[in-house]
Amino acid sequence: MRITLQGGRVIDPAHGLDAVTDLHIADGRIAGLGAAPAGFIAERSCDVSGRIVCPGLVDLCARLREPGAEHKATIASETHAAAASGITTLVMPPDTDPVIDETAVVESIRRRAQAAGFARVLVLGALTRGLGGEVLAEMAALKEAGCVGVGNAGVPVPNSMVMKRAMEYASSHGLTVFLTPMDPWLSAGGQAHDGQVAARLGLAGIPVAAETAAVGRELALVEETGARAHFGRLSSARAVAMIARARDRGLPVSCDVAAHQLHLTEVDLGRFDADAHVLPPLRTARDRDALRRGVAAGVIEAVCSDHQPHEPDAKLVPFGDTEPGLSALDTLLGLMLKLVDEGVLDLPGAIERVTAGPARLLGIEAGTLAVGAPADVCVFAPGAHRLLDARTLASRGHNTPFLGWELRGVVTLTLLDGRPVYQREV
Amino acid sequence: MTPSSIQLDADGRLRHFLTVEGLKRRHLVEILDRAEALSGVAERRMTKSPTLHGKTVVNLFFENSTRTRTTFELAAKRLSADVLNVNISTSSTHKGETLLDTIRNIEAMQVDMFVVRHAVSGAAEFIARHVAPHIAVLNAGDGRHAHPTQAMLDMMTIRRHKGEFANLRVAIVGDVLHSRVARSDIHALNILGTGEVRVVAPKTLLPADVGTLGVHVFHDLEHGLRGVDVVIMLRLQRERMSGALLPSASEYFQQYGLTAERLALAQPDAIVMHPGPINRGVEMDSAVVDGPRSVILEQVTHGIAVRMAVMAIVLGNRHPDITEET
Repeated sequence: MRITLQGGRVIDPAHGLDAVTDLHIADGRIAGLGAAPAGFIAERSCDVSGRIVCPGLVDLCARLREPGAEHKATIASETHAAAASGITTLVMPPDTDPVIDETAVVESIRRRAQAAGFARVLVLGALTRGLGGEVLAEMAALKEAGCVGVGNAGVPVPNSMVMKRAMEYASSHGLTVFLTPMDPWLSAGGQAHDGQVAARLGLAGIPVAAETAAVGRELALVEETGARAHFGRLSSARAVAMIARARDRGLPVSCDVAAHQLHLTEVDLGRFDADAHVLPPLRTARDRDALRRGVAAGVIEAVCSDHQPHEPDAKLVPFGDTEPGLSALDTLLGLMLKLVDEGVLDLPGAIERVTAGPARLLGIEAGTLAVGAPADVCVFAPGAHRLLDARTLASRGHNTPFLGWELRGVVTLTLLDGRPVYQREV
Repeated sequence: MTPSSIQLDADGRLRHFLTVEGLKRRHLVEILDRAEALSGVAERRMTKSPTLHGKTVVNLFFENSTRTRTTFELAAKRLSADVLNVNISTSSTHKGETLLDTIRNIEAMQVDMFVVRHAVSGAAEFIARHVAPHIAVLNAGDGRHAHPTQAMLDMMTIRRHKGEFANLRVAIVGDVLHSRVARSDIHALNILGTGEVRVVAPKTLLPADVGTLGVHVFHDLEHGLRGVDVVIMLRLQRERMSGALLPSASEYFQQYGLTAERLALAQPDAIVMHPGPINRGVEMDSAVVDGPRSVILEQVTHGIAVRMAVMAIVLGNRHPDITEET
């Protein structure tokens, strides 16, 4: 289908484009900007004046809960939620059940995602078999099956020699290693940042050192092996500083942060708010501010949702017994726009961190509106506000501490490969 | 939302008793005064009070504790309430029933109050948020978080011996990290305007940022005891005596055990408290436990009066027909 989006403010950070213009789409790809290409006749024209037109969002970490935890959510339910949130590419970590350590699992996820048809689902393969931290997964086969990288999905690999070998093997096959740094001993049993809120509520603490000790080891191994490593979901000022220094020294490392870490702190645990129970934990205002500066300066190249939808029962127990993680697809765009409103980033910069930034880290051609790129497009009304409540959440998971918040930015149209996968009026 | 809002009604009166944190001085003084008024009944110098006649109190213990449960049971009985003891660690949850299912089942038995003990921090507050509105919840200890009636019996003991709190120095010694008693005592002492609250322990037994709770931190017992009026010793769980927290029980006693010589560094009239059960020769020397400055058994007695007071206040706030005691 040939579509023209007329008169929107088109922002494509990958090419420094920010202009009110028309965007033309044909055969699932971007066909042109401004004047229609020769011979282009739109079958459908949409007036998007007053709207922002940007690349579909690329989310580096979203659990879709399928296969294995379909009582929480499914690939169909969560990719639909993604489309409703302007997200067109999702990266799934390999901690499904079964684990993504066999090509058959990759194939099954791809089939289900295609059947649903709402978003591009990319998968990370397991770094170690069964995420057990002992035997290398068949990474070469996983790559051939389409995995965009390998990782251990936040399950620690305590044995440093195994991690060194895993990095060597992954880099032999040109695979980036996706790490979520957490020292297993320093974080064991932990429920909250090891600070004043944990002291007051009597929660078991997770010190910043749980993150920095792991970052330190992995950086040493990156230096040793030359592997390319991506550190996901950073939570502390010190970890950001360590990675910034490593980058300055020329190490092939990058990092991301979950959007909620840029807005919440340990204080948001309130009186045992289970929806604020996340790993890594919410830390201090000082950490949050350093993460914001890291995003602004580009040390942190991507912001992800770290989407972890849960069924209500997972949170209907005392805080320490609740499953960690929040449902976050619905809030990713709104929380980025909030950073703009709070002066952390300008609008193109905020969009870059959820489009071109993560696409570059993945080495995929999404995340841009360049002519010839896949027509994954997000159109949103920047001035419209949305009250987050159980009725307005698109995700099946309602476990978010942002319930009751009013976030700016309402998605009105999402295109995947030039095909409308979500639309609504505001 | 103020920290304690769920335990207060629209008029700022206690409707549950979950934590000392966030309460006002008047709440604590009301409990202490009521406990004094009830102490005659509590100490069996007077007959049972009919205050809670016809009410049913359920001791809902998800963690074993014979002695705490017993004092709650006695408190309820001396107020003429019916008491039901439910020991959950040996029943439903092992059969896969969820905590909320358990609560729903027991609340269907037409009861008025849950006394809850649970190993997870925040459990009492969780139950208070989900229980039927006519049921009051008393926290009898949740994880490391709070043990508010223990704090109030400690305050009653201190007030009986010392009167005003403003000029007092109080040292809390031992495993603050894992102690709900310490957290509740610290809040209560600060709300009552205590001159100085100290914690004394090695760093392995203190929470991060413990100073933000409003205490002065000491790692040396002899420095920490100097000039104090009250010493509150904390229990050290046996499984924590030797491992990565501490090298051994004997080194702990040598460094942090309360002996008569060390107690001599405190004020001459200093009192010594302990929430029990005591590990003699670990936290304290027997000579101190049984010595003239020890008020440990008084604490136990005050526990009954304080628990009666809290039950009477909380149910009284909910049922205006419940009057002040006889």
